[in-house]
Amino acid sequence: MHTTTLRAPLRAHLAEARCELVRLAREPAFGVPVLAFPAMFYLLFAVVLNRGNPGAAAYLLASYGAFGVVGAALFGFGVTIAMDRERGYLRLRRTLPTPPGSMLLAKMAMAVLFAAAISLLLATLAATAGGVRLAPAQWAGLALVNMAGVLPFAAIGLWVGTLVGGNAAPALLNVLYLPMSFLSGLWMPLSMLPDWLAGIAPAWPAYHLGQLALKVVGHDDGGRAWVHAAVLALVAVVFFALARRRLHAAE
Amino acid sequence: MESTRPLAVLRGACKRYGATRALDGVDLQLRAGQVTSLLGVNGAGKSTAVGLLLGLLAADAGEVSVFGQAPGSLDVRRRCGAMLQSAALPERLQVGELLDMVRAGYPQPRSVADCVALAGLDGLVGRRYGKLSGGQQRRVQFALAICGRPRLLFLDEPTTGLDIDARQGLWAAVRELVADGSAVLLTTHYLEEAEALSDRVAVLDGGRLVAEGSVDEVRARVSLRRIQCRSRLAADVVAQWPGVVEAVREGEALRIVAEPAEPVVRRLLDADPGTCDLEIRRAGLADAFLALTRSTDALQEAA
Repeated sequence: MHTTTLRAPLRAHLAEARCELVRLAREPAFGVPVLAFPAMFYLLFAVVLNRGNPGAAAYLLASYGAFGVVGAALFGFGVTIAMDRERGYLRLRRTLPTPPGSMLLAKMAMAVLFAAAISLLLATLAATAGGVRLAPAQWAGLALVNMAGVLPFAAIGLWVGTLVGGNAAPALLNVLYLPMSFLSGLWMPLSMLPDWLAGIAPAWPAYHLGQLALKVVGHDDGGRAWVHAAVLALVAVVFFALARRRLHAAE
Repeated sequence: MESTRPLAVLRGACKRYGATRALDGVDLQLRAGQVTSLLGVNGAGKSTAVGLLLGLLAADAGEVSVFGQAPGSLDVRRRCGAMLQSAALPERLQVGELLDMVRAGYPQPRSVADCVALAGLDGLVGRRYGKLSGGQQRRVQFALAICGRPRLLFLDEPTTGLDIDARQGLWAAVRELVADGSAVLLTTHYLEEAEALSDRVAVLDGGRLVAEGSVDEVRARVSLRRIQCRSRLAADVVAQWPGVVEAVREGEALRIVAEPAEPVVRRLLDADPGTCDLEIRRAGLADAFLALTRSTDALQEAA
């Protein structure tokens, strides 16, 4: 078989990625809501209730894209890690020669894949039902922001998953996810929120992802792109480090 | 066999959880071609010892070495296999997918067909793990433990929840691996399992090693004998005789546990010349185990 010629770590990474993909694909309780919610919200607010305002349709394309990506990352990481940890699977994995981090890499690859799927789904809805017209570079830019933007939230989800059990994780993640999305202007523009709520929006990581996506379609608040990117990178590094420490802590 | 260098060593290993001493200065050696059984009641420290050797736990004091290295490194993990007491695998994955994923980490994995044959997984490769019975899941976990041709295999209560056929199938597989030169550390509640499989036995009690040696040596640590005969004597009378630990009547049979046996037998024959069907057996591993762990309980209570 040709795979035997691959170096062992690469073979292990591929096997791992395949298993993660298969697990998520067979878990409709994850895949369906993660794809359906952003699409549903988009259809409702950007198409049905919008009455043909192309600006709003473009704004919501960017912000619901970010909303969907944050959800896929938080839940894709947080819930599965919490369950695996609670039920002893992570403990068993620590005895296996599978390269360290191959599971995290595989999960990240899946989160990026879901981000791409969400981008494609929303872009299709926006271009057809929403009447959104963007330059090719803008379509590509949105997809890129979404696919890279998945990482900091994957890190947050991972960290939450190392803190609580499999039953508590979805509840805790929802408490984090829904208010943060709302307060970051992903459901409606921040200008529609009270000033003080809009003022603290930069405290939420999701705000910075939303702003990057909105910058692509020209609806952002005018902050610098590199500042948003730096905040997201910092969040990713800090929470991955925290989670790794929790996962590797000697018992 | 005794002269070979041990593959894994615990020397004076201590592990504490808060105020509880899970392991308190334990010495243990695992040698190639041998099954070492770790016996003890729940909480005696069996799984803690396994955790230390696998690198899942860090010892508070003492030495833990596997293949001459610290446990848990990649190089060590490539030569080990483990079946933990509770390790739920992803339910949505099929048995074959799980095997492929774990096999991919080992340099020279066993073929899937070999794993299936050794672990008795015929017809289950395409089934999802979550749809299997408890015993079948346990067999899958065994297959994952052996799929990398481990030189050192850890089996933490492997046959809990297995029926008799599956248990004997697993025993046969363990014997095959040991014949190929692997070292196996087995923890078990079933003393007949330890008796059937082990080359060496270590009895843990309250985190301390109370006996270590071959099955015969550990049995010999206890000089109890089981006496059975047909006799008209009343059990409660015999129970009062010196040297008798226990006497019960079951139908026509009188069953006596004694230490030593000879004076009791002499007195039995004197008291009832009609005594017949006399049988004397040395205590089994189970008796030895009970006696060993009970005596330290008594010591601790006295202290």
